[in-house]
Amino acid sequence: MIDRRKLLLGGAALALSGCKILDSARDRDSALRRLFASHEGLTQSAQRALIGDRLAPEFTEGDIRQGQRPNGSTDPVSASYRRMAETGFQDYRLTVAGLVDQPQSLSLADLTALPSRTQITRHDCVEGWSCIAKWQGVPLGTVLTLAQPKLTARYAVFHCYDAIERGLAGEVFYYESIDLIDAYHAQTILAYAMNGAALPVANGAPLRLRVERQLGYKMAKYVHTIELTDSLAALGQGHGSYWADRGYEWYAGI
Amino acid sequence: MPHGPLVYRQRLLTRITHWVWAVSLFFLLLTGLQIFNAFPSLHIGAESGFDYDNAILKIAAREVDGELQGVTQVFGTSFDTTGVLGVSNGEARAFPAALTIPSTTSLATGRVIHFFFAWVLVITLVVWLVASALNGHLRQLVPTWADLRALPRDLADHARLRFHHTRDYGVLQKLAYASVLFVALPLMILTGLSMSPGFNAAAPWLLDLFQGRQTARTVHFLTMLALIGFFAVHVAMILLAGPLNEMRSILTGWYRTDEHDD
Repeated sequence: MIDRRKLLLGGAALALSGCKILDSARDRDSALRRLFASHEGLTQSAQRALIGDRLAPEFTEGDIRQGQRPNGSTDPVSASYRRMAETGFQDYRLTVAGLVDQPQSLSLADLTALPSRTQITRHDCVEGWSCIAKWQGVPLGTVLTLAQPKLTARYAVFHCYDAIERGLAGEVFYYESIDLIDAYHAQTILAYAMNGAALPVANGAPLRLRVERQLGYKMAKYVHTIELTDSLAALGQGHGSYWADRGYEWYAGI
Repeated sequence: MPHGPLVYRQRLLTRITHWVWAVSLFFLLLTGLQIFNAFPSLHIGAESGFDYDNAILKIAAREVDGELQGVTQVFGTSFDTTGVLGVSNGEARAFPAALTIPSTTSLATGRVIHFFFAWVLVITLVVWLVASALNGHLRQLVPTWADLRALPRDLADHARLRFHHTRDYGVLQKLAYASVLFVALPLMILTGLSMSPGFNAAAPWLLDLFQGRQTARTVHFLTMLALIGFFAVHVAMILLAGPLNEMRSILTGWYRTDEHDD
């Protein structure tokens, strides 16, 4: 009888303090957070097993009813980026380096001369909203084939011109990474055009990544370097992306 | 209080899964509201309208004469919801701190906990479903023709707060539990999966079924409200039908039935 009463009181206390009980899970290194974050491996394995190399749904011209909503950085301030933007990105070079046999330095003209893919897809922000737009770009797989990744390469890391925050050690530049399964997926492209025009600065000009089976934060904007690596530990805080370093899932298929 | 014989009404697996679901749904609700707060509006269609309006619900904060005011817009009609929705404790946030986990704004933490308990819910539902199909518990939840014929009487008895304590579930109980387990929770899981860009590649037909990702998100939210409605009635019924006996049956399995029950 007493036990039951204690249980009911405990339950009521739990419900009343609902707002605070898991606040400690905010701490990346807490045991509680690590327990909850264990879902990520399960989610990734389950999704990979189910989706294989299937395509994300594609839409038609008629489904494009608005511009692509820009989010995160919309106007990088670094001097090197500003100079390039003022001259229409004539001096832009995409560097492909790291664990590759043939490092590349590609201008926008080089990239647009390669076979392109155009896709109308839905962009899903981690915040919850979605927006449909048409993207044109060169498949990442084509660029990687030029660079010839070494057998030890496991990840493609995207280094960007934009810095969302300024830390004590200077600017924290945006970076993202995907594994080679997503890197060679047919819809994974380096987009230079959006809705039939050159990619606007607000949406990541001159070059942004599209990884259509994951959330928006994976699709790095303002990409200047693609680095092939066998580990993500040495980058940023070691979680493989700007937002993963801030507690978001590295695998963002959900 | 019934005075009939004690019967063993709930199997151990039923009791365990009941409490695992209760705990999971509690955390899923409060982390879900945290996630909702990151984009506090509901839309119809594949995308969210920014240059056009396809919203059915919007929760926002606006400044009126230097004061923050919470505004909730439902089907285009605005309500002042300051203090609860839109603005609470002087802070602009859709759902108040008391209703979100964590209490402060942290979409990343809310997502991690939400998906953890989503897995717990799905795994225990599958275990329960398979076991219940094998041990006959599923049949106890599906109303029979005799049950449906007794429906008007059961409704009338409930309206007069006259409850029967029997070994088998009453028809309203069966309908309520079956609609949660076979309709609401599967709907919650499927609409949740419809929001996953990864799962969209595996099952694009789900998007056709729900008419787009943002509609699925809206259905996810509305089903959450229906589950809260179930919870409120469920708890009210326990309190009215004899809380000690009802709690004993879901904790120990043993339930005291009516004296003259047949």
